[in-house]
Amino acid sequence: MAEHIVKSFEQELKRLQALITEMGGMVESQVALASRAVIDKDAAAASQAVDADPAVDALEREVEQYVIRLLALRQPLAQDLRHIVAALKITGALERIGDYATNVAKRSLVLDQFALPYTLTGLAHMSRLVQENLKTIIDAIGENDTDKALQVWRSDEVIDEIYNALFRELITYMMEDPRNITPCIHLLFIAKNLERIGDHATNIAELVYYAVRGEPLADIRPKGDSSAYAVVRPPRA
Amino acid sequence: MPETGTRPTIGALEARASAGLNAPRISIRNLDFYYGANKALKAINLDLPDRQVTGMIGPSGCGKSTLLRCLNRMYDLYPGQRAVGEVLMDGENIIAPGVDLNNLRSRVGMVFQKPTPFPMTIHENITFGVKLHERPSKAEMEERVEWSLTRAALWDEVKDRLNTSATGLSGGQQQRLCIARTIAVRPEVILFDEPTSALDPISTLKIEELIDELKRDFTIAIVTHNMQQAARCADQVAFFYLGEMVEVGSATQMFTAPRERRTQEYITGRFG
Repeated sequence: MAEHIVKSFEQELKRLQALITEMGGMVESQVALASRAVIDKDAAAASQAVDADPAVDALEREVEQYVIRLLALRQPLAQDLRHIVAALKITGALERIGDYATNVAKRSLVLDQFALPYTLTGLAHMSRLVQENLKTIIDAIGENDTDKALQVWRSDEVIDEIYNALFRELITYMMEDPRNITPCIHLLFIAKNLERIGDHATNIAELVYYAVRGEPLADIRPKGDSSAYAVVRPPRA
Repeated sequence: MPETGTRPTIGALEARASAGLNAPRISIRNLDFYYGANKALKAINLDLPDRQVTGMIGPSGCGKSTLLRCLNRMYDLYPGQRAVGEVLMDGENIIAPGVDLNNLRSRVGMVFQKPTPFPMTIHENITFGVKLHERPSKAEMEERVEWSLTRAALWDEVKDRLNTSATGLSGGQQQRLCIARTIAVRPEVILFDEPTSALDPISTLKIEELIDELKRDFTIAIVTHNMQQAARCADQVAFFYLGEMVEVGSATQMFTAPRERRTQEYITGRFG
């Protein structure tokens, strides 16, 4: 695509993309810190993740204001419009991811007070996949890369499956010994938060795809999270 | 009966329905246009949906005004200009020889870039065209004057000064008078060639509101350089470049996700 005739508009579009990728980078490191806080019991990482959140929130507000300004003053159309609207939604998704990371970090501090009778291998695996997806999608934003977006969109199902397995595993621990309930509930929330981060990454993938291609990603993504159905049902009468 | 060649394909019907477009009032088929030896339009195929607005956009010299001028044979006024192909209205090729041009121009009205009131009173501006085609009674004529000025959203502003000169009106009022004059002869189609480029933003919005209002009764084609205007007014948008129609689609599709690279570049201001 050729450059915009109005150079300042071209620069503003680039700046918007730069703001989003900067925010993505901040959130990415927040998630990495939060994961390390849980897996490696690293309290310093936890407080760094929590401390990073206000800056992410501030960047979200900056992007929002920037988008409103661009819409009002430039009246963008076609792919410019799609990219600007996508940026508005992506910044919201990133802010949520930051919130989930903060929540994970806070729970890790509580978790440190308990002796866990089991390893966190499953959770570590899950957090690795979530971080990979997050990194890939932030690269996709910066490079307008729909292949990477599709890759993220398709790989969320694996994360959902690990989450389901963790869900069942944690229920088993809680049934074995009621003293496990508190740490297991925290672990469950941590896993759920990571799973939600993965979901937001796929939402961003859809936004990137639409912004670049101009057509929505067909809503055919298989949803892997079946934990909503894993409740204890009363026996049929 | 329309000729068999005018029958739209099933695919075309489906595409139109999905875009929310009505059946065509005018069908342009393989239309070429020449200014002397210079070919200004190349094999244009376009339907103007009935009682909807078709916006035509493109850089200067792309052929959009030329196309508009084919729809009421304005070009016939100039030697050396000719159109080849079909412009079908009710199955009749209106660019064929032997078409009654006075009748055609009463069916296809036109509003120009600059307001062109006749140097007469407001009242006479309206009655002038009507008298060319009809012999209404005085009462009928008065009714027609009020009706057309009301439809053009001008009646309230001029009803007490109908016998004053039209040239004393503001630019926006003059343009609405020209629209009133056009609809007074009760055409089927109205062509707007850059109708607001000489007007201030508020007068522009009044004309746009009027176009919205008029499309309940008339089929409308509007040539505009203002992309936002096409986005606001048109149901269907066609993009022209170097005498070709590059792309046509619903306004929503054209301004959110145009298919052709040239359309994208033009619409987003990345041209050339």
